[in-house]
Amino acid sequence: MTDECAAPAARAPHDSREVYDRGEAVCVIGAGGSGLNAIKNLREAGFSVDCYERETGVGGAWNWRHDRSPVYASTHLVTSKPLTQFPDFPMPDDWPDYPHHSQLLTYLERYADHFGLREHIWFGTEVARVEPVGDGRRWDVTIRGSRGGEPRTLRYAAVVVAAGHNWSPRWPSIPGLEEFRGQVLHASAYSDAAQLRGRRVLVVGGGDTGCDIAVEAAQQAARCWHSTRRGYWYLPRYALGRPTDQAGEALRWLRLPLWLRRWLFARLLAVTVGDVTRLGLPRPDHKLYDRRPVTGGQLVDHLGQGSVTAVREVARFTGDGVEFTDGATAEPDLVVLATGYRPVFEFTDPELLGIDSDGCPRLRLQLFSRTHPTLAVAGLVQPAGGLFPIVHWQTVTIARWLRLWGSDPQRAAALWARRRRGSERPYTRNRRAASGGRRLDVDHVVYLRALQRSLEELGAAR
Amino acid sequence: MTGIRLVRQREWAFPPAPVRREVLSATPTGAADAPPVLFVAGFGQGAWVFAEHWLERTAERGFPAYAMSLRGHGESGPAAKATLRAYVHDVTQVAASLPRQAVLVGHGASALVVAMALARYPARAAVLVAPVFGGVGAAFSALGRAPLGTVPALFGRPLRLRRGLLLSREVPAADARRYAARRRGGASGRAQWQLVAHRAPEEPVGNPPVLVVGSPDDRIAGRALAAVAHRYGGAPLLFPGMGHDLMLDARWQEPIDAILDWLDKPGQ
Ligand SMILES: Cc1cc2nc3c(=O)[nH]c(=O)nc-3n(C[C@H](O)[C@H](O)[C@H](O)COP(=O)(O)OP(=O)(O)OC[C@H]3O[C@@H](n4cnc5c(N)ncnc54)[C@H](O)[C@@H]3O)c2cc1C
Repeated sequence: MTDECAAPAARAPHDSREVYDRGEAVCVIGAGGSGLNAIKNLREAGFSVDCYERETGVGGAWNWRHDRSPVYASTHLVTSKPLTQFPDFPMPDDWPDYPHHSQLLTYLERYADHFGLREHIWFGTEVARVEPVGDGRRWDVTIRGSRGGEPRTLRYAAVVVAAGHNWSPRWPSIPGLEEFRGQVLHASAYSDAAQLRGRRVLVVGGGDTGCDIAVEAAQQAARCWHSTRRGYWYLPRYALGRPTDQAGEALRWLRLPLWLRRWLFARLLAVTVGDVTRLGLPRPDHKLYDRRPVTGGQLVDHLGQGSVTAVREVARFTGDGVEFTDGATAEPDLVVLATGYRPVFEFTDPELLGIDSDGCPRLRLQLFSRTHPTLAVAGLVQPAGGLFPIVHWQTVTIARWLRLWGSDPQRAAALWARRRRGSERPYTRNRRAASGGRRLDVDHVVYLRALQRSLEELGAAR
Repeated sequence: MTGIRLVRQREWAFPPAPVRREVLSATPTGAADAPPVLFVAGFGQGAWVFAEHWLERTAERGFPAYAMSLRGHGESGPAAKATLRAYVHDVTQVAASLPRQAVLVGHGASALVVAMALARYPARAAVLVAPVFGGVGAAFSALGRAPLGTVPALFGRPLRLRRGLLLSREVPAADARRYAARRRGGASGRAQWQLVAHRAPEEPVGNPPVLVVGSPDDRIAGRALAAVAHRYGGAPLLFPGMGHDLMLDARWQEPIDAILDWLDKPGQ
């Protein structure tokens, strides 16, 4: 089944160019946290790895020097250290619970040096094209210098995409946005509080970033409105004597049922902040934990001091103002759209990753291509906790899985066929909650259990 | 793959308290390609036990060498209620702070701590020196052999062992007295109990080679050497005639040279 098409079909698209066959080596795209982790875990499992990184340094999103980095000067983690770090490389004890973005870059640089990862990375090199060859299990990867240069094509046994999904701005379609005469920025272009100083700022978006920027505007701007589409649960950074995410884990460790944990946190908020509608916020329209809660303790403080005004969803922009859905109006001169990012994979055909009209890949285990078993995407999840503990086990799973294709292809093919038949469900506690554009959301415990089952299955298959 | 836990809520929710940690080091002259070697002192001992001989020797042989005291030991910060998990945390914290992926060397009960740390840090390799993996059987035999030192430990007092159990007769009495006088701090009562009753260490991550080193005449760890080595699929490297504290004994150079030879072997 392999031989009849492998050689001729493989050469066809590049007959003018030479394809350099890298044998059993694996190609990793991107040297952000996910890519670095993929290199380490694949090397640990015995693979040769070539990683391509368009920028000249490691760290991806956390490297503020990168054009596409979404971090702003004041970005701190919203997840605390134990839930953010790789499970086998702890962050230093003398760092704060919620480190600054520059510390995260230091962490990733140290990770790269500690495990000697840089020698496997080709910096300043962009992956332009990824195409399956032969029976669809090997890959032709076309690379070129980020600043131009001749493209080259190399052939790999597998491709791990770790290109991140927090760099391509999601622009909302709001009527009248084009006519608005003030300045409009996406949060990706926001880097420093100086941009807000003395301005009349409207921040759109109720996620972590929107809250962060509203809090900065509260301190720097002449006026700040914060527009959200719905009511959220704004959690403080600390609860029950520890960072809030650790408190949540403690309750889960004690095996308190979901309803009791919800009740406890709702009580906690009720006896501290109380009724949020007094602060002008809409009441949460969902149960706690059905969506990722927002770290917004500071925002609540600023609402209480009047330095931020909560407003509803934007209905339309007029020439020099904004109208909200409840009829209220405001006259900002700067609008910051903290409306999130969309995943973009320019280098593959959308079918390979199951990308359809909404632009979101559909993957097996939110990890593997559904059609091509040696193509995987690491880090394409949006957990309420930190990303790296999840990515770590994703790449361990990838490495095990690729090992099996190498050592026992028949067994691997049988497992693959079984997986293909199984239907995919969202890895969230509430299945309905994962619909509607939040398909990358996972509950870390539900998802890690699924990965664990998968690893056990692969272990048994050895 | 059996037994691996991805969901670690207890560890996420209750990280051990930060503490000051004593780390001594010796740097090799010239550029070193060799991995750093981190020595972890056992219960009741501090990093200094390695600074006597082994640290320098390791650096001379081209390895960046480090030695640490667990919390509550040596010059590390106090920790009256430390658990084994806190000690494991100490080891992974220091290991991850080193510039390169490290070799972990644990002595005595810290060999168990290192064995547990191997499940939380992908060491380049590990060496268990005179390992005391504890367990109920070992506790009873210690009671039998050294009742005066062991009985107080049952009540959370520090475990005190006679010099004769730790060092061979070849060590000059003056040195032995000097070593005994340098003891500072010790394992918490809680950790001593956990040494008796603990779960077996989880599988190491990253598949590191593991070497077990000891003396058949070590009356604390000698009898269990083969069993520990067997867990890691090998046989122990034996140095007859030495006591439990191989790094302080008169013939300290033989075991450390053997360990470094093993590390120098290709593929290690
Ligand atoms: C404001 C903000 C706050 C956040 N806070 C937290 C937090 O508190 N905790 C947490 O866990 N997560 C947080 N995150 C999520 C964060 O994105 C992840 O922690 C992590 O940075 C993602 O790493 P990654 O490697 O998957 O992607 P990235 O860091 O984006 O890295 C992708 C890399 O791939 C490279 N690349 C892309 N395409 C190509 C190509 N074609 N060829 C070559 N190279 C390519 C890029 O240059 C980049 O270096 C936050 C994100 C944002 C935006």
